[in-house]
Amino acid sequence: MITVKKLVKRFGLKTVLRGVDFEVQPGEFVALLGPNGAGKTTFLRILSSLSRPSLGEVKVAGFRLPDEAAAVRARLGVVSHLPLLYGDLSAEENLRFYARMYNISNYELRVTEVLEMVGLDTRRRDLVRTFSRGMQQRLAIGRAVLHNPEVMLFDEPYTGLDQDASSMLDEVLKTVAAKGRTVVMTSHDLARAEDLATRFDILSRGVIAASTTRRQLRRSNLLTFYKEALT
Amino acid sequence: MKNTTSNPRFLGAVSAIVWKDLQAELRSRELFSAMLVFSLLIILIFNFALELDIKTRQSVTSGVLWATFAFAGTLGLNRSMAIEKDRGCMDGLLLAPVDRSAIYFGKVISNLAFMLIVEIIVLPVYSVLYNVNLFQPGLLMIILLGSIGYVGVGTLLSAMSVQTRTRDILLPILLFPVVVPVLLAAVKASNGFLEGVELSEILFPINLLITYDIIVIALAFMVFDSVVEE
Repeated sequence: MITVKKLVKRFGLKTVLRGVDFEVQPGEFVALLGPNGAGKTTFLRILSSLSRPSLGEVKVAGFRLPDEAAAVRARLGVVSHLPLLYGDLSAEENLRFYARMYNISNYELRVTEVLEMVGLDTRRRDLVRTFSRGMQQRLAIGRAVLHNPEVMLFDEPYTGLDQDASSMLDEVLKTVAAKGRTVVMTSHDLARAEDLATRFDILSRGVIAASTTRRQLRRSNLLTFYKEALT
Repeated sequence: MKNTTSNPRFLGAVSAIVWKDLQAELRSRELFSAMLVFSLLIILIFNFALELDIKTRQSVTSGVLWATFAFAGTLGLNRSMAIEKDRGCMDGLLLAPVDRSAIYFGKVISNLAFMLIVEIIVLPVYSVLYNVNLFQPGLLMIILLGSIGYVGVGTLLSAMSVQTRTRDILLPILLFPVVVPVLLAAVKASNGFLEGVELSEILFPINLLITYDIIVIALAFMVFDSVVEE
């Protein structure tokens, strides 16, 4: 579903990604872990077509980036630590707007369905700026799944959430992943990543330093694996 | 080669952006009120600063009007793009599977709507304060043409400047030199209509305005994708 070969990304003289090789099978949930500045967000921005690779090959859902970016975007849902929502619009107005941007036919039904999925159907007419951070993040996930994407990218979705909001987000993420979608999530929260993902890749100094699956991990724990990968 | 204008998805995206901007602005009135209050203040300051006789007042009218529109317009353009950037909404727009020039056209139409509404309110106030009749079809056409050129280039440059930390300062620095031809042509043509000169005498600034509008919009259509890309 996602194939990345020898990906390099440079910002001026600074090289952030130094030849990343990465492959994700359909239905896999990959947690991309790594310290601050490892290049996780840059990597996800390239996968989501928001940034161009300097070198290398990137394919998402069978389409090459950046040449077939529109086709990739139609099959991709992205959630970042920013909600990507308009505070002066209500929850349903935000979703309606994005439904029109994604050219979803009969979107009223889909908007209702998504609001129910993220548990915000009772607050559908409330302005997003009155929502808590957790509610905004749930609505952000609703926005990202609106067009039924095959691939979902989550960039630090737990940033700024309290314990209750994080637990609710866990449930929403599990629902999203249970639909057979391919998911890549960056996170600093190893416990949550361990709970959700089926594979764990460690990005360090611009390359994938280590990779393991949930099955392989049973012998140790994710924290030990993470620390070993970074040494 | 882009094939967008006949694409219903493209037009749908443009109308969705316009509708979203108008709806959000109707709620917050953040952008509109800032532009309007600023415009009225400029007019009042000029009114008190230039204690002129009736005849001289008429001769400065177009200059004062366009200075007012230009300053208030910059305020609106900056805010309009900042709203997209601050909550990451620009990324949300860029992630949609539509040609990115749809975002440009959507923002141009909504920015133009805000600017025209402010102008519609400013004109009668100016007429009363300066005792000048501004409701002439020719002058209104020049205001429309000038506003299209101003907003066309301003929206493109604000998409660039909003990505920097000094966006509030950067936009006027980038915009005013580029928009000089629009302002000069608009002032000249507006003056002509106010003084009642023959149309043939102000044909050059009118043609310049039309040409500028076409070039700016065509150029922005081609480069907007590169401007918003990281």
